Amino acid sequence: MDIYWEPVWLTLKLAGFTTAILLVVGTPIAWWLARSNHWVRQPIAAIVALPLVLPPTVLGFYLLVLMGPKGMVGRITEQLGLGLLPFTFEGLVIASVIYSLPFTVQPLQNAFASINQQLLEVASTLRASPRDRFFSIVIPLARPGFLTASVLTFAHTIGEFGVVLMIGGNIPGETKVLSVAIYDHVESLEYTQAHWLAAGMVVFSFVVLVTLYSLNGRLQSGLVR
Amino acid sequence: MAASGIQARFACNVGTFELDVDLNLPGSGLTALFGHSGCGKTTLLRCMAGLQPSDGAMRVNGDEWQNETGSRPVHQRPLAYVFQETSLFPHLSVKRNLMYGYKRIPQSDRQISFDQAVEWLGLSHLLGRMPEKLSGGERQRVAIARALLTSPKLLLMDEPLSALDQASKQDIMPYLEALRDNLAIPMLYVSHSTAEVARLADHIVMMNGGRVVAEGPLQQIMARTNQPFGLEDDAGVILDATLSERDEQWHLCRADFEGGHLWLRADERLMIGQKIRLQVLARDVSLARSEQTDQSIQNLLPAIVDEVALEVSPGTSIVRLLAGKTPFLSRLTSRAVHALAIEPGQHVWLQIKSVALVD
Repeated sequence: MDIYWEPVWLTLKLAGFTTAILLVVGTPIAWWLARSNHWVRQPIAAIVALPLVLPPTVLGFYLLVLMGPKGMVGRITEQLGLGLLPFTFEGLVIASVIYSLPFTVQPLQNAFASINQQLLEVASTLRASPRDRFFSIVIPLARPGFLTASVLTFAHTIGEFGVVLMIGGNIPGETKVLSVAIYDHVESLEYTQAHWLAAGMVVFSFVVLVTLYSLNGRLQSGLVR
Repeated sequence: MAASGIQARFACNVGTFELDVDLNLPGSGLTALFGHSGCGKTTLLRCMAGLQPSDGAMRVNGDEWQNETGSRPVHQRPLAYVFQETSLFPHLSVKRNLMYGYKRIPQSDRQISFDQAVEWLGLSHLLGRMPEKLSGGERQRVAIARALLTSPKLLLMDEPLSALDQASKQDIMPYLEALRDNLAIPMLYVSHSTAEVARLADHIVMMNGGRVVAEGPLQQIMARTNQPFGLEDDAGVILDATLSERDEQWHLCRADFEGGHLWLRADERLMIGQKIRLQVLARDVSLARSEQTDQSIQNLLPAIVDEVALEVSPGTSIVRLLAGKTPFLSRLTSRAVHALAIEPGQHVWLQIKSVALVD
């Protein structure tokens, strides 16, 4: 039974870490993209969106090379005594953060851009510092954006396969997540097990999306405060 | 060095628009920044608040906010700003909107209490509501109360009534008048409405093309013969008067001002002793060389001709007169000025056809 639930638990752990890290990292990026007029804004926006269009294997391949013993990142992690990241859970988290970045940044960026700039001016005339304005005005007003970003990031991380296969391989308890487990079961012609996991994924994804849409609808119609 | 009043000197460019002003304004009362849209009055207000970056200097009753070497950010200036459009935070209730600025100032700086502001602007029954459930006039009252609760040293208002309908304007006006009369802090009020300015302002700054074209006490500026804007039809003086008598038989009231009195139609709302503001338009004032009693006009005042501006437009002249110390304007045809041989220093009688209560 443990073997059965292990991929599920690992997947949820990976998605949880990835979402938490991305909310912290993605928020300032999204804020900057929503507000800046600097010329590097467009190239940065394009880099953030790259994981949307690249095949996951391309991303996984470069991450593998970078984090490997001859890659730049790999050499740094080895010198720091952290060892090499490929085929570890930490390596998977880093890859997922990059892979899911647009799913956090884009909803947040849209939410930030739709906030009336004048409300921030009003807050500044009411003695709120820039940091204070961000926490007291921007974050509450962008709440639907944060909800969408969290759910999409979490769900998208759960569904990742190509990147995991490239840099994580298939180590039970370490990198063998749900999607890989399903693949394994199918390869070994264990259709019953594959069915359980696959159907679980379908149900889970459906429930998540329905919850998201109805919550966002209620947020927008002002029922949830 | 610690001069009282407001010193404001700004130069800034917004796109192709250029603002260049150097003002010394009174440190109390309501100063109106007046001009057509696009004249720079809002930009000037934003410079004062620090919302618009600019070169220059700003000092309010001795407290320096900006000079050549530096500028305090907006949130460190003890000012309040009432915006044109609705500016309430949509995610906070009326009460929490009011508390937003209040809780961000040190307790020792709080000179206006929460209950006081709520009472002044009549908000006690609205505290639990969300902004989207308020009418336009109510929202603006909340915005004004929220601004006052920061106990500002300067209150800036950018056309606070322009987005409201006529009824809501009439609803808010008395609150603004009460603030002007009861608050010790200077107020700057941007407007392009002659009616609002005539009713509220003590002092006026007229702007055009990013520059100040006239500035001074309202009564004096309104009594100039050379109005910076073609206000010809609306040209007229503003008088501050006190109601002293009611004539029930003829439904009239007597209003005393420095230099004489005028009778105006009685109004249910007017009380003896009440301070009122009157407007006398130049086109409603005619002149006579002697007191004419065999005619219908009842408001007759002796006055001295102060200045004659001939031909302000073809065939039309404007005469400035003093009844005691109070200036009046009279719009006449140039032929009449010539026929009566009107010139400065002459004693004449003003025949005032109509006096309007400014409200």
